[in-house]
Amino acid sequence: MTATHDKERLDELAAQEPRIRFWRNPGGWWSLPIVVLLGVGFAGPLLIVLIFSFMPAGAFDISAQFTLDNYQSITRLSFDRSYITSLRLALITTLICLVISYPIAYALVKTLRPRAANIVTALIVTPLLVSENTRLFGWNLILSKRGILDGTSQSLLSTELPTMLFNEKAIILGMVYIYVPFMLFPLVIGLSTVPDEVIEAARDLGATRWQVLHEVEAPLAKPGIVIGGMLTFVLSLGAISEAQILGGNAVITITKDIDRVFGFQQNWPFGSALSVVLVMITSLIAYFSMSRINLDEVIGGGA
Amino acid sequence: MTEANTSQADVKTSDLRVEGLTKLYGKQEVGCIDVELTIADGEFFTIVGPSGSGKTTLMRMMAGMLRPTAGKVLLGETDITTLAPQVRPTAMVFQHLALFPHRTVGQNIAFPLKVRGVAKAERRTTAFEMLELLRLPAVFIDKPVTDCSGGERQRVAIARALAYEPQILLFDEPLSAIDYQLRKVLQRELKQIHQRTGRTFIYVTHSLEEALVMSDRIAIMNEGSVAQVGSPEDIYHRPAQRMIAEFMGAANVWEATPTPGGGLRCPEIGQDISFTGTKVEDGYFMLRPEQLAIVDPTSPTLPNSVTGTISTRYIMGSRVHYLIDVGDTVVTVEELVAAHNANEGDTVTVGWSDSSGWSLPK
Repeated sequence: MTATHDKERLDELAAQEPRIRFWRNPGGWWSLPIVVLLGVGFAGPLLIVLIFSFMPAGAFDISAQFTLDNYQSITRLSFDRSYITSLRLALITTLICLVISYPIAYALVKTLRPRAANIVTALIVTPLLVSENTRLFGWNLILSKRGILDGTSQSLLSTELPTMLFNEKAIILGMVYIYVPFMLFPLVIGLSTVPDEVIEAARDLGATRWQVLHEVEAPLAKPGIVIGGMLTFVLSLGAISEAQILGGNAVITITKDIDRVFGFQQNWPFGSALSVVLVMITSLIAYFSMSRINLDEVIGGGA
Repeated sequence: MTEANTSQADVKTSDLRVEGLTKLYGKQEVGCIDVELTIADGEFFTIVGPSGSGKTTLMRMMAGMLRPTAGKVLLGETDITTLAPQVRPTAMVFQHLALFPHRTVGQNIAFPLKVRGVAKAERRTTAFEMLELLRLPAVFIDKPVTDCSGGERQRVAIARALAYEPQILLFDEPLSAIDYQLRKVLQRELKQIHQRTGRTFIYVTHSLEEALVMSDRIAIMNEGSVAQVGSPEDIYHRPAQRMIAEFMGAANVWEATPTPGGGLRCPEIGQDISFTGTKVEDGYFMLRPEQLAIVDPTSPTLPNSVTGTISTRYIMGSRVHYLIDVGDTVVTVEELVAAHNANEGDTVTVGWSDSSGWSLPK
């Protein structure tokens, strides 16, 4: 278009385009409350934690004595093992959530009638109205020695069940239970962007149900899958109640370490260093997941 | 391999038959009812009807995407009524094309081969062949399908369906969302592709024009039933119902009943006319606008004529339509613009031959 127009005339006209000064722009003013809130409530504390992580161990105030000791202590004191445990549990939780949520999301989007879909959605959302800790204590009552499962088994079958609490499985169960909605709803959004016609076309051209899933549905629903996966993973990585209520002292996650270093040991700089590393891991995961979906939308999937 | 070849050869010459095919949605809503059709092998067959007439329902049952309430779909002697779409020798080109947006043109075309487990090199060869068949440049093979224009996507969708090597290609109004100019081009192309491939094409549309341009035969559907099946010529000039006459473009339709003298009495134009064709008792007489012409009232050369005043005149490219008030009715006449220079308000006489027109029942 531009090629056929007189360049000078275009410049001349462009100069006449009315400009809105930024203080006249209502968008800037309306966003002020959230900018202030995020600055004071989010960026501020993070900055303090970052600064504290460079203070000498055990310090309670900020001084000019910057040191990397805290970061070196992480591996020296074998805290890297806790990171590995947390990452492993988060990964397993994410995969289980994906496997559980995909069929539910598919049913909600593609097969259930609207009324049935609303009922299923309500069933999934309702537990979110009860606090996470209360629900986890519920699981504690179900799984514990002389709890609901064990008690029922003893009175009906006269069989004592081995303890089901205080191990990794209990923590994973708790995290899957708590974080399934965070996987499910992005998946619902992801799958609803896949047109029925495209799925039908794949079937019509000879694809089996499984081929439709991995050739068409999953790649097209990828933004939803990636976002759901990222949310579940990041939340599981930062989870602490599950590990405390269902894991007891048997499983050490990094969040429990951070809690202990800050609280029991009162070593703020070291706790800050542990936190900063966790925040970095989380940010990197978030960054790479987000850039992956953008990338794929631009260049398309592999052959 | 030999067995597969023979079975393919067997069905190559088989017609698609639909027997008493019915689809009811719930208890009340009729999708299709008691549809009987035979579509010959290699035919370009178009199903035309207004929206809600059941044409898409019928096609989806042919494709296996919809299970009929009753009736059968037969391919040759084989009953394929309950055969799933992925094993049925039909491939559909969808209304919105349903291309895979995350794939390249080549990957889209080769999809049916990929899911069948064909090796990559061979898939690429086929994709190149299909691009050539559809007259698309070979470099398109690695182009993301989302970068293609509307017409290019159309061709990719057809290429993908052809790569499935179906005996029957089904088209569900794939040109309806395309602008007029390009639609004309693609209609011609589709007809050429049909001739080049020799496969059976079954095409659903609500557009008469599309049906007339491309089809060997046309089925008219209305309210879930087939109202008429015939060649474009049959349907246009010899419609079985008034609905079809009017659906298929402009038409003059008058009530008409045979006279003892061998003509037709048409009360609406206030006269008896002479007509040599078969006459139906107490029915309609239909005359297409282009079958009429403005004549000199002093020396009529045609056996039939009426006189009236031009109320509206509008140009359609090289042709012109005159709406002429004759008594209480309006007669539509189509002529070349250059034929006569009549204007609105002029009183003219229009005539037609006694072999023109068609007598149809009420």
